[in-house]
Amino acid sequence: MPEFEPVLTARWADPAAATMDGYLAGGGYRGLAKALDMSPAEVIEVVKTSGLRGRGGAGFPTGTKWSFIPQNTGKPVYVVANFDESEPGTFNNRELMERDPHQFLEGLIICSYAVNCRTAFVYCRGEFVWPGTVLERAVAEAYERGYLGAKVAGSDYALDVVVHRGAGAYICGEETALLESLEGYRGQPRLRPPFPAVEGLYRSPTVINNVETLSCVPHILDRGPAWFASIGTEKSSGPGVFSISGKVERPGNYEAPMGTTARDLIAMAGGVTDGKALKAFTPGGSSTPFLTAQHLDTPMDFDSVAAAGSLLGTKAVIVLDERDCVVDAVLRFTQFYAHESCGKCTPCREGTWWMTRVLGRMARGQGTMQDIDLMRDVGQNMLFKAFCALADGAVSPIDSSIKYFRDEYEEHVRLGRCPFVEPGEETAAAAVAAPPAHELALGEVLG
Amino acid sequence: MTEAGHLTTADIGDVPGPVLGDDARALARRIVAKYPTPRSALVPLLYLVQSEAGWVPRKGMREVAELLGLTTAEVEAVATFYTMLKLHPCGRYVLSICTNPSCALRGGKRLFERAHELLGEDCEHVTADGVFTLEEEECLAACDTAPVVALNYVFYNRVTEEALESMIEAVRAGRVPEASRGGVPGELREVSRTLAGLTGRLPEGAEAERA
Repeated sequence: MPEFEPVLTARWADPAAATMDGYLAGGGYRGLAKALDMSPAEVIEVVKTSGLRGRGGAGFPTGTKWSFIPQNTGKPVYVVANFDESEPGTFNNRELMERDPHQFLEGLIICSYAVNCRTAFVYCRGEFVWPGTVLERAVAEAYERGYLGAKVAGSDYALDVVVHRGAGAYICGEETALLESLEGYRGQPRLRPPFPAVEGLYRSPTVINNVETLSCVPHILDRGPAWFASIGTEKSSGPGVFSISGKVERPGNYEAPMGTTARDLIAMAGGVTDGKALKAFTPGGSSTPFLTAQHLDTPMDFDSVAAAGSLLGTKAVIVLDERDCVVDAVLRFTQFYAHESCGKCTPCREGTWWMTRVLGRMARGQGTMQDIDLMRDVGQNMLFKAFCALADGAVSPIDSSIKYFRDEYEEHVRLGRCPFVEPGEETAAAAVAAPPAHELALGEVLG
Repeated sequence: MTEAGHLTTADIGDVPGPVLGDDARALARRIVAKYPTPRSALVPLLYLVQSEAGWVPRKGMREVAELLGLTTAEVEAVATFYTMLKLHPCGRYVLSICTNPSCALRGGKRLFERAHELLGEDCEHVTADGVFTLEEEECLAACDTAPVVALNYVFYNRVTEEALESMIEAVRAGRVPEASRGGVPGELREVSRTLAGLTGRLPEGAEAERA
């Protein structure tokens, strides 16, 4: 790997970095000062030039997103920071907030200035009681020290920031569901168009950005777009915080240039646990199709991972080793999606639930060879048929595991049990209550 | 309560007196003033109800509906969507154990089963001593410290079965251990105040009267 100096995590070792004084001592709010010397349009141009792409999963160019905000509608413009991090395996937003909240806040202020927003919101995941408190303290400090309020950093620009706590719903990380939730409704996605840039929060033009995306912004303003673009790859510029978890020696967040290979990232995390062989990994959380050992040298950037048949998603690598049962892991992911489906769209609501039933019997060794094709068929009826991507995410682990590990499913059928557990031993899957007989019968009808 | 011990609609909402007193109503007005439209304060106000009652009884939903000019049905539709709003009486400590793969691969599932054994049959509702409600949690975004256990959504890192056992014992004895980050978690009522936004910035004076 070429020489790389951490950017987003540079201050993590210093507990004082979470305070205003510590942040200022490390050069904090310099990017904001530079932004306030420019026009909003110039700030957008700088962010565009940097090549920054959204880190929340979709990888949309950030500067372009900001430039979509119309300024002549007569309505206020809103910025909403998405701090509802809940994609399984993803935990970089949480740590970015816990250890360096002002870095994020400075990015939020710069973004708000660039799109002419006077009230910005942070939608904080409900379960983040402590990270949310760290954020609230940073916001209070920013008001006290004049970085928020009527005169931001001594300028004529005025900005208020409102912290809003969620209440336990994965779907609220989806941007339109997040807006519904913030308006006081059930967190169910909206049909697009209109897109949030035109009709977002309270039907006003709205920018929604991820915490890591906004955390990049102060550095781009401070050190220049060319410097940022020199890190990473041509089409996925800058540094990224990768969340590595599961069967590695040292699970954690590791900062590296975008485009670093999964092999190098796993090595940074100490390698696979106990020196075992890697079986599979998700490149971007549970919603992104599994990749295998043959993909370890794929650069972890938006386009290379897509070319390998998966998605960069939230840069969350979950590692399964040779001892782990893929069917069991996929079952648990699928239970997650069934639990978190908001229920609005039938293919998702029904599809995720039926998948847990079919996968459940498969994991218990009660499945049939036809069940494997049944799952592919159900998946085809879920993909791209719902308002949001939750159903697509639910299909990812199922489809990709059948693609790469069909033999493992077949082994469950042949043995009549999970091959990774000795007979008599209980698997995680076995702990899932067997469904009532009438549900099994319906499952057969489905088949 | 039915013979089988299930709550009926008669139990839900059966709390004496108003849930939100004068002080809580004053806070509610300040919470509403944070937002461009009052309805955005709906979930925060339900957290306020939870901070007063320890859970969200129907009577609390009615009071929130009155404050915001909504119907009780509109409030209930929202309250039932979110898992952190508790629609039945709860333990003072919600014990969440993540069993999503990043934690399950490192022992999360076993931890959950152990907690279930230790806390007994009704623990996913409330334990007999009123201390715990056990929840099998989805990913808590702390997989670096798997397996993750949370008390009232404040996280404990890399919890072993032994650590879990002593944690449960200590909480029962009134000695809540310090979390890995964020200090000693408060009871659910106290944490619900935080979630309602009361530890953050709230409009004051004339700004608060706007609502």
